[in-house]
Amino acid sequence: MSDVQELTERANKDAMPKITFVEHDGTVRTVEAELGSTVMETALRNDIGGIVAECGGGCTCATCLVHVDEKWFARVGPPSEEENQMLDTAFEVKETSRLSCQIKVTEELDGLVVHTPSYQGR
Amino acid sequence: MNEVIKTDVLIIGAGPVGLFAVFELGLLDVKAHLVDILGKVGGQCAELYPEKPIYDIPGLPVVTGQGLTDALMEQIHPFKPTFHLGEMVTTVEKIGDPLFRVKTDAGKTFEVKCVVIAAGGGSFQPKRPPIQGIEPYEDKSVFYAVRKMEDFRGKRLIVVGGGDSALDWTLNLQPLAKRLTLVHRRDEFRGAPDSVNKMRALVAAGEMDLKIGQVTGLEGSGGELAAAAVKTKDAVERVECDAMLPFFGLTMKLGPVADWGIKMEDELIPVDTATFETNIPGLFAIGDINTYAGKLKLILCGFHEASLMSQKAYHYVYPDKKLVFQYTTSSTSLQKKLGVA
Repeated sequence: MSDVQELTERANKDAMPKITFVEHDGTVRTVEAELGSTVMETALRNDIGGIVAECGGGCTCATCLVHVDEKWFARVGPPSEEENQMLDTAFEVKETSRLSCQIKVTEELDGLVVHTPSYQGR
Repeated sequence: MNEVIKTDVLIIGAGPVGLFAVFELGLLDVKAHLVDILGKVGGQCAELYPEKPIYDIPGLPVVTGQGLTDALMEQIHPFKPTFHLGEMVTTVEKIGDPLFRVKTDAGKTFEVKCVVIAAGGGSFQPKRPPIQGIEPYEDKSVFYAVRKMEDFRGKRLIVVGGGDSALDWTLNLQPLAKRLTLVHRRDEFRGAPDSVNKMRALVAAGEMDLKIGQVTGLEGSGGELAAAAVKTKDAVERVECDAMLPFFGLTMKLGPVADWGIKMEDELIPVDTATFETNIPGLFAIGDINTYAGKLKLILCGFHEASLMSQKAYHYVYPDKKLVFQYTTSSTSLQKKLGVA
């Protein structure tokens, strides 16, 4: 294996997954996300609009709701019962809605697209 | 009734930081009353995550929100603070040097030397559903709380939500209402199983309606509801109603703090980090609601802030006395205050 090949492979391996946020007003931003962090943390770090995250990631406030893009929902998966209970206190909940604090960033989610709502209850 | 309550310090917010401020002030013989909009102490700890573990309280490897609240209540017990729960401070007015007149929405008036704002993210208030044009109906035919059940007698009601508040009010109001419809986004309820069973029995007996869906629109005029649009899986249904009660839990809003003449930055209160005083002498801000260089929204930082705030507050309460710093480990006088010596 040449040095170039090895470097390229290593760079690809170290490359951070990317997440695309589509804000309610149509603003589209693609940002890098740290493996093991959450989609909510990624949104806050990048000043994505429409994510409040009042409780800071405890799955206790439902103010970090996102609508996962339909193409991605199967890979992200459905909410747990605990999360579903919090979704009961959110608004405009769809089949593909999740709390972004409960979506962990993994390599499989590289390229993920989520939509942020216009209102998180405050 | 409208007697003025006079004490040394009024603490706004009975979360962990407000509670610990009672302890730090108490060691310095400064008496405190606390006001909190919630009906219980503990703030976010008790309301948002009573069962969730906290791992960064010094000396406590793990403690739940409720556990920390209970421990703080035990710790401040010797100082016998007075709590005014379920009340919101509406106005804070400076009337002396320093002396403040503070009023609550329950009609109480306080006169205190110092005010300590320990209000965290603000006051907990009901989440308002984002239904277009809901505002004119609020407090006329859309209510986020039930004050008098009798007001709903003989009316067609829609209750929205799947938790205990929605279920409890469904069960309490169903016998009075002309017709009651419960609307929830899914056919599973997080309320107490007994309440869920009772509700399902009423539905099975045809005594009330249950619709799985979300309210998307309102119809009516002059603040009086006529009907609500309920979007179910397959259709949008029109449900006639005289009143709607949405129960989507609580969210934190800054509330009236912004109107008290305090200098603010992005809904936070800048403070002097030596005293945690705001731009108004005698008015302090500690915990999540303040901001300064390096600020971290951690309970442990709020505890530190409470201790330094207390040193300055002491001088306002006892302007002629000299404060001698003492340790609880060695000071008999402090131990007497704590009831252990």
